[in-house]
Amino acid sequence: MKPVRFDYIRAGTLAEAHAALTTGGDDARIIAGGQSLVPMLSMRMARPTVLVDIMHLPELAKIEVKRNVIRVGAGVRQAALLAWPELAERQPLLAAALPWVGHAQIRSRGTVCGSIAHADPSAEIPLALLVLKGAVELSSQRNRRRVVAEEFFTGLMSTARKDDELIEAIEIPCSTAGHGYAFNEFARRHGDFAIVACAAIARKDGVRLAIGGVADCPIARDFPNIDGDALDDALDYFAADLEARDDLHATADYRRALVRRLGRATIEEARRCRA
Amino acid sequence: MSTVAASWCGQSVERVEDGPLLTGSGRFIDDLGVRPGTLHAAILRSPHAHAKIRAINATAARIAPGVTAVITGAEVTAVSGSLVVGVKATIECWPIAVERVRYVGEPVAVVLAGNRYLAEDALELIEVDYEPLPAIVDPLAALDPKQLPLHEGLGSNVASERSFRYGDPERVFAQAPHRVSVTIRYPRNSCTPIETYGLIAEYDANEDAYDVLANFMGPFSLHAVMARALKVPGNRLRLRTPPDSGGSFGVKQGLFPYIVLMGVAARVAGRPVKWIEDRLEHLVASVSATNRVTTLEAAVDAHGRVHALAWDQVEDVGAHIRAPEPATLYRMHGNLTGAYDIRHVSVRNRVVLTNKTPTGLNRGFGGPQMYYALERLMQRVAVELKLDPVDVIRKNLVPSDAFPYRTATGATLDSGDYAKAMEIALAQGDFAALRERQKTARGQGRIYGIGVTAAVEPSVSNMGYITTVLTPDERRKAGPKNGAQATATVSLDPLGGVSVQVASVPQGQGHRTVLAQIVADALGLKPSDIRVVAELDTAKDAWSIASGNYSSRFAAAVGGAAHLAAERIKAKLARTAASQLNVAVQDIEFAGGRARARGNPDNAIAFSRLAAAGHWSPGLVAEENQALRETVFWTPPELTPPTEKDEINSSLCHGFIFDFCGVEIDRVTGAVRIDKYVTMHDCGRVLHPGMVEGQITGGFAQAIGAALYEEYAYSSDGAFLTGTFADYLLPTTTEVPTPLILHIETPSPYTPLGAKGVGEGNCMSTPVCLANAVADALGLSSIDLPMTPVKLAGHIHAVEKSARSRA
Repeated sequence: MKPVRFDYIRAGTLAEAHAALTTGGDDARIIAGGQSLVPMLSMRMARPTVLVDIMHLPELAKIEVKRNVIRVGAGVRQAALLAWPELAERQPLLAAALPWVGHAQIRSRGTVCGSIAHADPSAEIPLALLVLKGAVELSSQRNRRRVVAEEFFTGLMSTARKDDELIEAIEIPCSTAGHGYAFNEFARRHGDFAIVACAAIARKDGVRLAIGGVADCPIARDFPNIDGDALDDALDYFAADLEARDDLHATADYRRALVRRLGRATIEEARRCRA
Repeated sequence: MSTVAASWCGQSVERVEDGPLLTGSGRFIDDLGVRPGTLHAAILRSPHAHAKIRAINATAARIAPGVTAVITGAEVTAVSGSLVVGVKATIECWPIAVERVRYVGEPVAVVLAGNRYLAEDALELIEVDYEPLPAIVDPLAALDPKQLPLHEGLGSNVASERSFRYGDPERVFAQAPHRVSVTIRYPRNSCTPIETYGLIAEYDANEDAYDVLANFMGPFSLHAVMARALKVPGNRLRLRTPPDSGGSFGVKQGLFPYIVLMGVAARVAGRPVKWIEDRLEHLVASVSATNRVTTLEAAVDAHGRVHALAWDQVEDVGAHIRAPEPATLYRMHGNLTGAYDIRHVSVRNRVVLTNKTPTGLNRGFGGPQMYYALERLMQRVAVELKLDPVDVIRKNLVPSDAFPYRTATGATLDSGDYAKAMEIALAQGDFAALRERQKTARGQGRIYGIGVTAAVEPSVSNMGYITTVLTPDERRKAGPKNGAQATATVSLDPLGGVSVQVASVPQGQGHRTVLAQIVADALGLKPSDIRVVAELDTAKDAWSIASGNYSSRFAAAVGGAAHLAAERIKAKLARTAASQLNVAVQDIEFAGGRARARGNPDNAIAFSRLAAAGHWSPGLVAEENQALRETVFWTPPELTPPTEKDEINSSLCHGFIFDFCGVEIDRVTGAVRIDKYVTMHDCGRVLHPGMVEGQITGGFAQAIGAALYEEYAYSSDGAFLTGTFADYLLPTTTEVPTPLILHIETPSPYTPLGAKGVGEGNCMSTPVCLANAVADALGLSSIDLPMTPVKLAGHIHAVEKSARSRA
C-alpha cells in the first residue's frame, strides 16, 4: 500500500497551479483534502506523476454570498462549511446533507469541491449541487468557464473537467422562500457511502427529487404536484430509469425499492417543510 | 502511608498499560528500530483462486532500483520444509505458493528492497504465467469426489472425516415424539485487529540460527512447527515479541507462516528483513474464522425436553489445513450439548478444502459456528412445539446441583448455577417488560422480535483436544497430548522490588495490570510495587507449547500461575521472617509492605529488606529459604487426553452466559435496530471488573459485526470481494449499543484464583441471540448471517408488493 513515485508541488499562486496542470496534463492531479485521492494513491489505483497542492492559496478558502448564490472555494473544508453560521438559513438542504458526508474526521480534512471533483455516485455534495441546480467554476491557463451541475457530472466518477482545469469554486443557490427542502439517506453504517440518497425540493408547482447511489452519477427529476398512486407510479418509473446495479451491499431491486420508499418519504418531508 | 485493601483483585485498578497507549508512546512492532542494512519485504500475491504456475519471470524485478533479492517457492523449498499439518494426510503446506496457487492472496514471490516503496515498485515487474484451474468455493461442492483435489496427495477435498457416538442416540431418536432440525451456513468473518501482522527476521549463518521479532500471539506449540519448517532445533529459532501489540483476537496466530517465509528470505538475502502487513494483505490473506455448513437435529419430547442431538458439520478450512486446524471444529467438541443436559449425541465431522484463505484462530474459535446451530435449534423447538423459548431453555439446562457435570462428549463443566443466573437475568433485565414492549410495537404494525440464548463459554484449552480428530488407534501411535502449561516467574531484586514475567503475550487486554494485582495480593504489597514484563523471548523466558494469548486462558491459567509463583516466594520469605521475628511461620502475615507477626503488627520487617536479603546476605538465609526467583509451571490435571471412547475435556473452565434481546426491523430499509440487549455472565471470580466489562463489550461489538455486517465474501469463481474496509464493514461506535451486563460468580474449583475466561462468550452467544430475535420478528424458520438490510428487506418488501397490486 505504497504509492507510485510522484512529485509534489505546493502551489503558491493560482497561476502556478494552472501552470502545473498545463504541463502535467493527465499525469498531474490536484490534491486538496486528500480523503479520496490518498487511499487511491496508496492502492495504486491512481498513479499521477505530479500532485498539485492547492490548500495554501488563501483566495480559494472562502465562503461568499453574492446575488443569492453561495460560492464555496476549492480550499474550503467540509467541516468549515458545516460550521458556517449562515448555512442553515442560506441553504437548509446543504445543512441537512453535509452531516452525512463521511465522519467528522473525514470532513475536517475533506473539501467541498474535492468531493465534486471526485464525483463518487453516492456522494452527498454532488447530489446536493445537482438538486439545487448549482454550478461549478473551472479555470485553467487557457480560460475560465462555468458548468451547471446537470452537465458537470457525466458518468461514473467522470466529469466535464478538462485535464488542465481545476475547480476553483462551486456555486450553490440560496434557499427560496416558500420552498421546502429535505435530505435522506440509507447506508450500511453511519458515514458510509449511500446505498440510496435522496434530496428533494418542494415548490408550489411541483417537486424536484434527486437520487444518489443508484445510477453512475446523481440524477434529478422534476415531478408535478401529484400524490397517492400517481406519485408512486412516477417514482416507480424514475427508479426503473436509474439503471440500478447489484453490488456487494445491495441489489438493484433493493435500490429501486428504496428509491420508491425513501424517495417518497423525502418528498413528503420536503412538502411538510414548505408548509 | 500505603493504601491497604483487603484484596486488590476484584477492584478496577487503573491500568498501567493506558498511559503509553493514550499518549502515543506505545512500542508496537513498527515503532521499533531495525539494524542498519535491514531490507523491507513486499509480497506478490495470487490474483487467481486456483491456478498452476507455469513460470515466474523476476529478471526485471531483480535488477530494479534498490532491490536485493526476489524469493519464490523455489528458494523456500530449497532451504526449508513444509509446515506440519494436523491431520493424517499426505498434504504439504508451504508459506508461499509452490507450483500452484490455491487462493486469491496466496504469496507467490517476495521482493526484498531498501524500502517498501521500491519493493512494491518491483512487484509490478514480476511476470507470472498462470494456467487457471476451476475453483471450489462452496464447502458442499468440495465433498464431490469428482472435483479436482486441491492437494494431489489427498485424492479428494475431504481432509478428515470422523463420526462419533455418545450414549444411544439412534434409540432415542427412534422413540422421540418430535424431531426438530436446522441447517446453517455459517459465513466467513474475522476480528480484524487494528494493528496488522509485523516482523523483523534475521538469520545468523555462523550459528545456523534464526532470530525473529514478531507480534505473534501464540500458541507457542507453533514454535515447534516453525522450527521444524526452518530445519533448526528449537533453540535455534529465537522468537521475541514487542512490548505492545494492537489487538489480535486470535488472528495474530496466523502470522506464523510468514515467520518461516521471512526467516528464509533473511537467510537467502543474508540481511535482516522487515515486513509489515498492510490492510489489503490482511483482509485477503491473514486468516479468517472457518465457514461451516451444519445440520443439527434434536430428539424432543412433548414438553420440549431435548434428549438427543445429531450433529453433521462440514468445516471449510480454506486452501490448506494450516496448524492448528482443524482445531476450530474440535475446540467445542466437549461442549456440543451447550448449557444443556443431553446425554445422547451423534456427530459426523468432515473437514474440507476450498480455494479460499486458510483459516485460523479467531475470537470465539468454533463457538460462534456451534452455538449458531444449537441455539437456532432451541428456538425452533419452541416454535414447532408452540412453547415459550425461555421455558425450553429452562427445562433443558444442566441442573444446579449437578456440578461438576460431565457432558456426554466429555467436558467437565466445573461450576455454575445456570438456572439461577437465568432467573436473575430475566428479573434484572426485566424480560416481562420487553414482552410488553414487543406487544405494543406489533400493535403499531412495527416489526419487532425477541431472541434468547444460553451458552457455556469454555476457556483454557486442553492442548490435547485437537487429537480428537485422530482415531483412538492413531492417537495411540502418536502418543498422548494433553494439558495446558501456564508459566509465571516472580523475582526479587537487590532493592527488594518484585518483578513478574509471563508468557501470556498480551495484545492490549491489560495483563500487566492484573498480574500486579494478583502478586500484590499474595505479598501484601501495592500493585504499583510490582513491575510486570509481558514481552516474551523464547531464548530467555519460561514458556511452553500452551504459552500465548488464546482460549481466554489468561485470568484462569496465567493469573493462577503468577499467584502460585508469588505464594512460593512468600512461603520462603515467611520462614526467614519467622526466624528473624521469633514467631512461628504460620503466624507470619504479609500486609502493608511488611511481614509481621499476626496479632502483633509492631513486630515486623519491611518487605523490601526481607526480599533483598537473598542478594546482600545469602549466607544468613537458609538454603531452602533462598527466594530470588521462582518460576511456576502449572498445568491442570483435569485436562486429560481423549478417552478410548473419544470423550474429551476440551477446556478446563466453563463460564455461563444467558442473553436476551429485542430488535426492531425497519420496514423501509430492512435494517436491524437493537432495541435492548441483556447479557448475563458467570465467569467465576472476577479479578478486574473494568476489564471484564471491556472484554464483554468488545466481544459484543465484534459479535454485532458478525451478526449484521461482516462477511469475507467470495464470488463463485473464488475472487475475493471484500478487500477493503469499504466492503468488509466493521461496526463502529455508532452501530454498537450498550448492553446491560449482569454477573453472578461461581468460582472455578480447578483454577488457583477461581477465575474463568470471559473474552469470547459474546462472540458465541450474541450473533445467534440477534438471529433468534430477527427470526422471531419476521417469522422466519431459517436465517443465515450476516443479516444485512437487503437480505431482510427481501422478506418485508416481497410481502408488501403482493399486497399492493403493482407491477
